[in-house]
Amino acid sequence: MKPALSVIFFTVSSGAGLGLAVWLLAMQLAGRVDASHRQFWLAFAVAALLVTAGLLSSTLHLANPRNAWRAFARFRSSWLSREGVLAVALYPIAALHAWLSVQQPDAARICGLLLIVLSLATVVCTAMIYACLKTVPRWRTWHTPVSYLLYALAAGGLIWNTISAFEGASLSTSGLVLWLAGVAALVKLLYFAKFSQRVHATLNQALAVPETAPAGRMQGKVRLLDAGHSRGTFLTDEFGFVLARSRARTLRLAMFVLTLPVPLVLLMLGSAGQGGALPIAAAALCFLAGVLLERWLFFAQAEHVVRLYHGQQRV
Amino acid sequence: MKLGLVIDLDVCVGCHACATACKEWNGESLMAGGAPDYDPQGAEPSGVWFNRVRHYEVGDYPANKTLNVPMSCMHCEDADCVTVCPTGASYKRAEDGIVLIDPEKCMGCNYCAWACPYGARELDRNEGVMRKCTLCVDRIYDQALPIAERQPACVLACPSHARHFGDFDDPASKVSTLSRERDGQPLFEKLGYRPVNRYLPPREPAQVPAPTDLAPRGSLQSKLAAMVNRLIQL
Repeated sequence: MKPALSVIFFTVSSGAGLGLAVWLLAMQLAGRVDASHRQFWLAFAVAALLVTAGLLSSTLHLANPRNAWRAFARFRSSWLSREGVLAVALYPIAALHAWLSVQQPDAARICGLLLIVLSLATVVCTAMIYACLKTVPRWRTWHTPVSYLLYALAAGGLIWNTISAFEGASLSTSGLVLWLAGVAALVKLLYFAKFSQRVHATLNQALAVPETAPAGRMQGKVRLLDAGHSRGTFLTDEFGFVLARSRARTLRLAMFVLTLPVPLVLLMLGSAGQGGALPIAAAALCFLAGVLLERWLFFAQAEHVVRLYHGQQRV
Repeated sequence: MKLGLVIDLDVCVGCHACATACKEWNGESLMAGGAPDYDPQGAEPSGVWFNRVRHYEVGDYPANKTLNVPMSCMHCEDADCVTVCPTGASYKRAEDGIVLIDPEKCMGCNYCAWACPYGARELDRNEGVMRKCTLCVDRIYDQALPIAERQPACVLACPSHARHFGDFDDPASKVSTLSRERDGQPLFEKLGYRPVNRYLPPREPAQVPAPTDLAPRGSLQSKLAAMVNRLIQL
C-alpha cells in the first residue's frame, strides 16, 4: 500500500494523544494528580492537541473533504465511521470531564472512567479500519489492534513522563511504559515472523485457475503477460508500492532501536538525575519517531491482493 | 433480481473493445459521473477505467495458453466496499443487486477501493470521488432504447460474444444456463465476497508435442537433430 504520510501521522498522533489521555485519567483516578496541578492541564492540552492534529491530518487524505462530515453516517457497519464518531464524541465528554474535575471531583471519577474506555475504544477502531480488510492479509491479524494499543499507550506514557519531569513530579510510570514498549516489540517480532513468507493468496486463486486439476480442465501456473496499461493507474499508484528488502531490514532495525533500547537508556539516565527533564523528553521523541517508522512500514509492507492481478505470484 | 455478467474466457480474444466501449459510454454518462482521462496524448497517460483487460499465460509450453481476463465490478453479494464506506455513498441496490456510488455523498477516502480485491474502483482525481462500473444502469432500464440494446455497453461491443448480461436469480436466463453448463467460476472465491459475475473457464489446450519431443531421446534421429541444431547455432 502507498504509505500516505497524512494517514500515518493521523494514526500515530491521535494514538499518542489518546494514550496520554488514558495515563492522565488513570493517574487522576488513582489520586496521583488532580485539577489543582498544572501537570493535569498540561497533559490535558497536549492530549487534545495531538488528537486534533491527527484528526485534521486524516482529512488531508480525502480527495473530497467537503463531504467529510458525512463520515459519521455508517457507524453501524464501517470501522472508519466508528472511529470518527468515537473521536468526535470524546470532545464534549472531555470538556465535561474538565469541568467536573474542577467542580465535582467525585462525579469526575465516573466521567474519567468513561473517557478511558472511549479512548481505548477509539484506538481499537483506528486499528480495525485496517484489520477488517480481507484484501490485505498483513493487516487482517490480531497483531494490528494489539500493536496499535500498545504503541499508543507506551507513547502516551512517555509523553506523560515528560510532562511530569518538566513539572518536577515523580516518574513512577517509567517501568510500566518500558514493559509496554517491550511487549510491543515482541508483538512486532511475532508479526514479522508470521509474514516473513507470502502464503495467503496466489495469482492462481485470484483467477480461479487450478494449478493441477483433472484432465479436461484448464490448469497450470498463471503468469502475467501484459497488464493492459502502458503507464501508472490508480491501482498501481495506490497498491503498487514496493519496499526493497534490504531497505526494509534497515528500517525495521531502526524502528526496534528507537522504540526500545534508546528510550530505555534515556529513561535510565533521566532517573539517575542526569540532565534534568531533557533525557526524558528525548526518550518520548525517540519513541514517537520509532512509532512513525513502525506505522510507515505497516503501510509500505502491506500487500493488497489486487497486486496478484498485476503479476505478483503471492501475497 | 441478481444482475451480472458471464465472461467466456474460452472465446475472449483480449481486444479491449469492452473496455473502450465502457469508456465511451460512461465517459459521458450522468449516472456513472464520467471516467476521466489524464494527459491522454502526453508522456504519462492515465485515467479511470471501470473495466480493465489483462493478459496471462497459463501452463508451460507446449501445454500453455493465453488467458485474456476482462475485469470490472463483480457486484458482490457480500460487498465489503459497501460495508466499509463511512459516508453511505456506496450502496447495493436491493431490487437488482447493482453496486453504485452516490458522488454527492462520496468524500474520496479510497477506503472502498482498499476493500475491493478486484481493483474495480478507481478514484476520479478531477472530482475527488470514487468511480466504478454501474452495469450500465442508465442503459439497461432505458425504455427509449430497443430491447436488444438494453444491455451494458461492454456486452454490446464484444466482437467475439464473450460477454453475456442477465439475471442470475432466474435459473432459465442465459447467464444462469451458461454458468451452469460451462462450470462458471467466481474469481477469488476464497475471500468470501460472493461475487455475482461468472467466468467460463477455457477448454484445456490441445497437447501439441514440442518439436524436440518428436523423436525418442537417444535415438539416431534425435542425435542427428541435435547435431543439426548445433550446426545452425554456430
